[in-house]
Amino acid sequence: MNFLNLLKVALRAIASNKFRSFLSMLGIIIGVAAVIIMMAIGQGSKESVRKNISQMGTNIIMIRPGADMRGGVRQDPSAMQTLKMADYERILEEKTFVTHVSPEVTSSGQAIYGANNTSTSMYGESVEYFDIRQWTIADGESFTEEDVRKSAKVCLIGKTVADELFPNGQDPVGKTIRFKSIPFRIIGVLKSKGYNSFGMDQDNLMVAPYTTVMKRLLAQTYFSSINCSALSEEMTDQAIEELTRILRSNHKITGDAVDDFTIRSQQEMMETMSTTMDTITIILVVAAAFSLLVAGIGIMNIMLVSVTERTKEIGLRMSVGARGIDISNQFLLESIMISVTGGVLGVIVGYLGTLVCTSFGLPTSIPMWSIFVSFAVCTLIGIIFGYFPAQKAANLDPIEAIRYE
Amino acid sequence: MDEEKKVVIELQNVKRYFTVGSETVKALRGVSFKIYEGEFVTIMGTSGSGKSTLLNQLGCLDTPTSGEYFLDGVSVRKMSKNQRAKLRNRKIGFVFQSYNLLPKTTAVENVELPLMYNSKYNSRQRREAAVKALEAVGLGDRLNHKSNQMSGGQMQRVAIARALVNDPAVILADEATGNLDTRTSFEMLVLFQKLYREGRTIIFVTHNPEIAHYSSRNIMLRDGKIREDTLNENILSAEEGLAKLPKTQDD
Repeated sequence: MNFLNLLKVALRAIASNKFRSFLSMLGIIIGVAAVIIMMAIGQGSKESVRKNISQMGTNIIMIRPGADMRGGVRQDPSAMQTLKMADYERILEEKTFVTHVSPEVTSSGQAIYGANNTSTSMYGESVEYFDIRQWTIADGESFTEEDVRKSAKVCLIGKTVADELFPNGQDPVGKTIRFKSIPFRIIGVLKSKGYNSFGMDQDNLMVAPYTTVMKRLLAQTYFSSINCSALSEEMTDQAIEELTRILRSNHKITGDAVDDFTIRSQQEMMETMSTTMDTITIILVVAAAFSLLVAGIGIMNIMLVSVTERTKEIGLRMSVGARGIDISNQFLLESIMISVTGGVLGVIVGYLGTLVCTSFGLPTSIPMWSIFVSFAVCTLIGIIFGYFPAQKAANLDPIEAIRYE
Repeated sequence: MDEEKKVVIELQNVKRYFTVGSETVKALRGVSFKIYEGEFVTIMGTSGSGKSTLLNQLGCLDTPTSGEYFLDGVSVRKMSKNQRAKLRNRKIGFVFQSYNLLPKTTAVENVELPLMYNSKYNSRQRREAAVKALEAVGLGDRLNHKSNQMSGGQMQRVAIARALVNDPAVILADEATGNLDTRTSFEMLVLFQKLYREGRTIIFVTHNPEIAHYSSRNIMLRDGKIREDTLNENILSAEEGLAKLPKTQDD
């Protein structure tokens, strides 16, 4: 029998049992919709995390002290004093794959203006920090190289600090506030970045020249970290190699000796996060896929009933010349049509479900390929779970089938 | 018997044994006969006589345990399932006791069914052949009636049209009047006699001895063997039989 006629026969069989066909489709509809919604949520979360990470800055490479062993005891990285001025200067001199460099020292404490106070962190940075972290200055201006050289007591404050200390909407620029009793003149306010994906307020900070923080606040000679940015995303690896080489030679680490610093790139972080998100997505999708498996078994069940019910019809078709393959094709096409129709409806329901999720504030994004995969999976389910009933039908003995009551 | 005529069916010592548990049931114990083109043969026998088994053999639904069966000159014994399906499709027209029409399907579509499995027919040729067959059984005005809107007699006519549509070498009727009342049974016999006069080869399997009077030859089976094989010199006319039936008020 040609395909068109087979299609007609299958359609008629489905139409003559509309409710039953719909019920067996329902499993597929729910399964496919679940898979699509889960994939959309997974993909959406991944994109939102990526966006958050890239908000931190571009192509950031972070150098931290660490991995030092003293007499077999691994030391706390924050207690390490391995990143020094000499390292910063050497990087500045020799950098080729690195564009911006900023040493970083931090100090937490209370900032006070008049009767208001807030708990915040002071970041000692170089001028290039704002380029690395992609901060824009909403009001006022950045500090200069001159301020760095002079260890000037100037600072920029984040939106949160500005809101806390100047609740009445006064202009903070030009005011002098105290941080750990040291007066700092505010020369600029940073544009808000909001919360990051880890729930941290990115605007609760103050930024001052690193020299000021090192000398006037902490009286220390080492950095807590050095942030750099690579020339481009593709050159991140070369930049990391370059920095490693410079620091190893500066720290006189040779041969197999372990680095006394660690370098991490934003790219790496992104990949780690992506991997985590992928894992979560996979778990969700696998859970949803199980419902597809159950749906497939439902189709198999209905097809087996259908074969039994239509034993006589099968016997008749065989006696007028249908071969086994004609019969099995007929039933196989029927189950494929049920599962593919269910798949189409499932995609629609999944799309609507995704819209609902979006309206509840979940980040979603339907990957196009998930729709094609759904179709492929549905067809496959139709074939796999239709195969056994179709074979059962094809292997019926026409003599018994024709007289089946 | 006219030896000039073409042999449509030839059985040579056909045996068919079934194994049921540890016992062997000998359904056919060596049956031999020839059926010539244009004969109207009734095969009779009580239940257990092997007539169903013989019908399955003749219809190529089954193959003999031993012996040879030639349908239209082709040996069936060594054919594969698919080859037999094709042979049934081209050479045999079945008429069953319970009509076996597809449910919720029109008369034309039911009659088209055997041609669906014959790739030589396109949809237009299929339709033409089906309409012609339906006209031949007197249902030219009910082409698009659905099977569930028809009476038993009409359904059996559709089934006969379906058996005719592939222009078969032989029409095999299995108790074709078994589910019908006397009047409708006679109507069917009228139709079969018409086909016989047109030169069709018909084999009518039944346990009703009355039908033998209306056929040209009668084969009696008992215990898997032929007990009697007689030519009917005096074929009764089914039309006369129908006329003699008492008229009912509803007719």
